[in-house]
Amino acid sequence: MKKTLFDKIWDAHVVETIPNGPNVLYIDKHLIHEVTSPQAFNELKERDIPVFRPDQIVATADHNTPTIDQHLPVKELLSRNQLRELSRNCEENNITLYGLGHPYNGIVHVIAPELGITQPGMTIVCGDSHTSTHGAFGTIAFGIGTSQVAQVFASQCLLLEKPKKLRINLNGKLKKGVLPKDVILYIISKLGTNSGTGYFCEYAGNVFEEMSMEGRMTVCNMSIEMGARGGLIAPDETTFEYIKGRKFAPKETEFKKMKAYWKTLNTDTDAVFDKEYSLEAEDIEPMITYGTNPGMGIKLTGKIPVNLGKSDLKSLEYMDFKEGESLINKTINYIFIGSCTNSRIEDFRIVAAYIKGKKKAENVNALIVPGSQQVAAQLRDEGLVQVFEEAGFTLRQPGCSACLAMNDDKIPEGEYCVSTSNRNFEGRQGQGSRTILASPLTAAATAIAGKITDFTKHLN
Amino acid sequence: MEKFITLKDTAIPLVIENIDTDQIIPARFLKSTDKEGFGENLFRDWRFDKNGNPNEEFSLNDKKYTGSILVAGDNFGCGSSREHAAWALKAFGFKVIVSSYFADIFKGNALNNGLLPVQVSKEFLDSLFQSILENPKSELSIDLGNQKIEIPGKNLSEKFEIDPYKKTCMINGYDDIDFLISRKKAIKNFEEKQLEFLKEHSEENFV
Ligand code: SF4
Repeated sequence: MKKTLFDKIWDAHVVETIPNGPNVLYIDKHLIHEVTSPQAFNELKERDIPVFRPDQIVATADHNTPTIDQHLPVKELLSRNQLRELSRNCEENNITLYGLGHPYNGIVHVIAPELGITQPGMTIVCGDSHTSTHGAFGTIAFGIGTSQVAQVFASQCLLLEKPKKLRINLNGKLKKGVLPKDVILYIISKLGTNSGTGYFCEYAGNVFEEMSMEGRMTVCNMSIEMGARGGLIAPDETTFEYIKGRKFAPKETEFKKMKAYWKTLNTDTDAVFDKEYSLEAEDIEPMITYGTNPGMGIKLTGKIPVNLGKSDLKSLEYMDFKEGESLINKTINYIFIGSCTNSRIEDFRIVAAYIKGKKKAENVNALIVPGSQQVAAQLRDEGLVQVFEEAGFTLRQPGCSACLAMNDDKIPEGEYCVSTSNRNFEGRQGQGSRTILASPLTAAATAIAGKITDFTKHLN
Repeated sequence: MEKFITLKDTAIPLVIENIDTDQIIPARFLKSTDKEGFGENLFRDWRFDKNGNPNEEFSLNDKKYTGSILVAGDNFGCGSSREHAAWALKAFGFKVIVSSYFADIFKGNALNNGLLPVQVSKEFLDSLFQSILENPKSELSIDLGNQKIEIPGKNLSEKFEIDPYKKTCMINGYDDIDFLISRKKAIKNFEEKQLEFLKEHSEENFV
């Protein structure tokens, strides 16, 4: 039978199928962080079960870590406890931890790809919904709950129903100023936040083929925002080039052999999907959101739809926007460029290219948080730090930061923040904060103008 | 895990769609390292104002609504994978959540904690809301064995789907860890085969 990319990877990881029930699916890599792992470690301890394959687990501290003075003890007691617990659990169970201050530390979905841990054909899980990011490499990667974290600790497997398959085809030529973030915001705004529930989504078409790995990660990252468990893109030369030479990538002959296998990972012609959509690149413009879920997106120069339902109106009330309104010229006092969606080197290069020689508007607090220590080092090496400083942007140390505001990086109540993160839920960036999701370029342009602006007019 | 077989109780309505797990339990309350105490902060920013005073209009604070069943709008539990959301709902006293759609990860998390997600049609959900809003004392009954949800007084009922394996787990109070550990031998065999598979596949295609 003809197989999709998803089938090929899934089928190669089925240990067994329970009659009338789920599959036992083998997990190659398990990533963990401080927030969703402690209860799973406790569970194992209480039941006296050892961690089965500690070598296949990698840990990092990212969610509640401060972005200033990372060399000092973490001030906030509860966060400090959680971090300490992570270190202790990793130590007791022989798990590699890239803790705070380690040169490999950073957001879990940024570090695994940049270290070459993420490789095509793998199954990867993490107690974090944006694990879908790793699908950019042609992996089956998805977020799990803490009970499942404990299951993987105990058995390196999960009990799962095979999800259905969805394909989104996007062909054509993207307009100037349209970034991968706009592509995914556009897709979600078209298809809706639960269009992917129950599905794994393959992204296909020349737009994704021509995209950089960073861009593909941005797209796959937000698959969960349309409800899909994960998204994936067939690996190709771009993928292989990215992986080659990275810390944990296979070396020399081994690399060549693996590459030969990786090349077989693609959807057979005529393979059947349960659902399929085709969209056109020319229709996409820079996007922003106006509501409190990522599906509530419009083009930057567009107007908020009218005749909205009750839940959407509640959302508008929270945002203090009106039906039919345009967001152009809205004063914005906060911008955040970071998170596992847009905190890789390519994102910052785009920002730097735009703001070089310009200054942020007086009213704006512009926060830049790199995804990892390695990205931070690249910013220094490439001289981008200076560009940010000269433009008046604040550069911090790596972590999730204002994406979910578990640390001190919070947006004050009632304030708008144009953010490159992935969720605009009520209070996501701090109690009462109002998030407008956008691409790094849109965020940078907002910071310079002090308000939402149609920057595409000035692109050459 | 507790066993779940049938339940007859009153319900609390939450007529809001796309309720995400950030609302169910905001991130700032995720710093605990055990599973206790999340009930207090369930729907924190909807239940309380910023001075910590209860918002009387919110249905969970409205004395006329009681019970261990939560009836919520479409696409419940979307967003973050935090299992804390399921722990918070359970700790608050809910045993069943009814909605016309559940996000995947939430659904799995709920089932792994003995909290039953019951997915009904949009029409049935509307009837449920109507019935509860009209008469907050009206009861619902849920029969897991027969996969049936019913409004007894109104002669309205619907069948619901649940994975047969998960159903057995809920009814018997089993969890997945016990099962997976019992499969260790098969898992180890798989690991050996996987190494061979990778070797073969990479060499076969290696030119
Ligand atoms: S950056 Fe945001 S979305 Fe990504 S892992 Fe951290 S908290 Fe989650």
